[in-house]
Amino acid sequence: MSRAEILNRIRQGLGRGVATQQQHDAVMARINAHKATIIPKRSQLAKPAQIQLFREMALSASAELIDIEQLTDLPTAVSTWLHKHEFKTLVSASDACLNALDWQALGEITREQRVAKSGDLASLTTSMAGIAETGTLMLHSRPESPTTLNFLPDCHLVLLKESDIVGSYEDAWQKVREQNPNQMPRTVNMITGPSRSADIGQKLLMGAHGPCVLAIFMLKDT
Amino acid sequence: MNITSPDFKENARIALKDVELQEALSQFKYGFPVNRANAIKRLPEFDQLRDSARDLKNHIIENLDIYLEQFESKVIENGGHVHWCRTGEDANKTILDICQQVNAKTVTKGKSMVSEEISLNDYLEANDVQPVETDLGEYILQLRGDHPSHIIAPAIHLNVNDVSETFHEHHKRPKTDDPQALMKEAREILRKEFVSADVGITGANFLVAETGSTIIVTNEGNGDLTQTLPKTHIVITSIEKVVPTLEDMSLFLRLLARSATGQEFTVYNTLSTGPKRAEDQDGPENFHVVLLDNGRSEMIGSEFQEMLRCIRCSACMNHCPVYGAVGGHAYGWVYPGPMGSVLTPNMIGIEQAAHLPNASTACGKCEEVCPVRIPLPKLMRHWREKEFEKHLTPSAVRFGIAGWAFSAKRPALYRWLARSSTWFMKTIAGKKGRIKKLPLAGGWTDWRDMPAPQGKTFMDQWKAKQKAEESR
Repeated sequence: MSRAEILNRIRQGLGRGVATQQQHDAVMARINAHKATIIPKRSQLAKPAQIQLFREMALSASAELIDIEQLTDLPTAVSTWLHKHEFKTLVSASDACLNALDWQALGEITREQRVAKSGDLASLTTSMAGIAETGTLMLHSRPESPTTLNFLPDCHLVLLKESDIVGSYEDAWQKVREQNPNQMPRTVNMITGPSRSADIGQKLLMGAHGPCVLAIFMLKDT
Repeated sequence: MNITSPDFKENARIALKDVELQEALSQFKYGFPVNRANAIKRLPEFDQLRDSARDLKNHIIENLDIYLEQFESKVIENGGHVHWCRTGEDANKTILDICQQVNAKTVTKGKSMVSEEISLNDYLEANDVQPVETDLGEYILQLRGDHPSHIIAPAIHLNVNDVSETFHEHHKRPKTDDPQALMKEAREILRKEFVSADVGITGANFLVAETGSTIIVTNEGNGDLTQTLPKTHIVITSIEKVVPTLEDMSLFLRLLARSATGQEFTVYNTLSTGPKRAEDQDGPENFHVVLLDNGRSEMIGSEFQEMLRCIRCSACMNHCPVYGAVGGHAYGWVYPGPMGSVLTPNMIGIEQAAHLPNASTACGKCEEVCPVRIPLPKLMRHWREKEFEKHLTPSAVRFGIAGWAFSAKRPALYRWLARSSTWFMKTIAGKKGRIKKLPLAGGWTDWRDMPAPQGKTFMDQWKAKQKAEESR
């Protein structure tokens, strides 16, 4: 009932009845074309400058950056990071590229592949894109990467391949469409730095509800 | 929520004398506006983006029915549900029904101004469902039985000490005035709520017709935990929030964070598209979108249609001298500042909200900073006209306007009045040229001196100039 009332009221306000086929087709054509409007110049750089911009923007959003030369260096880099913070457990996504690695470097630290629970201190996931424009990571839900890993643990460790860095949000949406041709993933998370709030006395502090630390392990593009 | 908009003048008087509020407001003026200006300097395309956003919003409103139907069909295709609600009461009832269907005892809530608009918390509580606000500012306010005074920084009127006392009273932990420790305390306590809630309710900043997705924009990550952990996710949102595509959404996201907090991008921009997929290990099993109208459709085709472009960034109130002086509570309802002064009369009626469109110096700063270029001063003027037409304007004001109109229509009288009042003001001002007290202008001279008019009246100067030119 409400549905018809609301739609009718909108149409009355617009001074027309139900949209004509032509009006409907024009809207659908606009949606299907999904053209970008204005993409800022700074998001249209060549690759090396794009990577540099991502680094600068991510750092200014208070993310940590750790460089790795090759993927096989990841377990050692993650282990060093976890040992520095004296963490005993790593909750990890189970992407094939992560599971193919030799995690013996973790030593006594256990690597558990599961959803995150309250009290978890560190998680590790991959990311589908890095957006240079604002130093933003793009992650998406799928069976091997539960979404709780991105939000519940105190520290979120993310693997980003420099080859996955794009200039603008629009470039990233194109990637989402290519990788998920039939349906959007249940959730897409764009993450720019660690969680923060200025709700107490107008003082900006890190670590409100999401991770207090966002550590990005950047894999060189060879 | 109690409406105190009819008491705006008294609210403002109290606010101006509230030392702690004034301290918070003076600090606030150097936060968001300065950050916004700096962010814009780093994005040369900002004004072009604003033009595009204005045009795109106009296009959306012209085709709003088509975009909403398309959004609905995509949500359903993804396995979600859409509930159309004409009034706040409909929306509250719909949300309660969903909660009762899943036997919900507690619901966690992300920040949502639409839920404030419909007093959702009061309704749920009255029906034995306990809502828990999870945005840090909203959580503090809920503990205090208080309401937001700003649309994106809800607890802006409170200082560290207020929070310290509130937490000490409710959490029964040792008192601290260290903001970091206070935030950690809230983080720990709310963790339990996130994990145990039966339903998560969030708002939405935009609805994407192309994909049937809703998006929330938060810095804290509370909205994400709210919508990921419980079995049911309800999105409470309103009809004007639909955008055509992900690309169009990106245009608004570029404007939103910069206009609001002056950030390049908000920390978490999260899209939700339907319930969890069969193989997913987490995520909600049920996904509901509650689409609220509550008077918005009535604005289409009216002189207030342009207000539907609003993306709730708060730039207008962050730059408003009136908001900056009295804060958000003085406005007496959910939406404060210039955007509230236009929206509130639409929602609660001009009879109750007549003071709000008058609480403006018409300086135009709100329009100057609006990312979707809403002519807020013009819309407030429309409300003043409606107020006058409905004979709601106080008799002193009506008498004043009538008196002015009488003399303005009689040029000789008008000039004589202008000349003699100039002479009078100059005389009582004395050598310093400043008036300490002026009859009928106590509202001004109680607070500051009135400068005496300098030189001759405009008409006298005009005449003298004409004469000089003729004799040349």
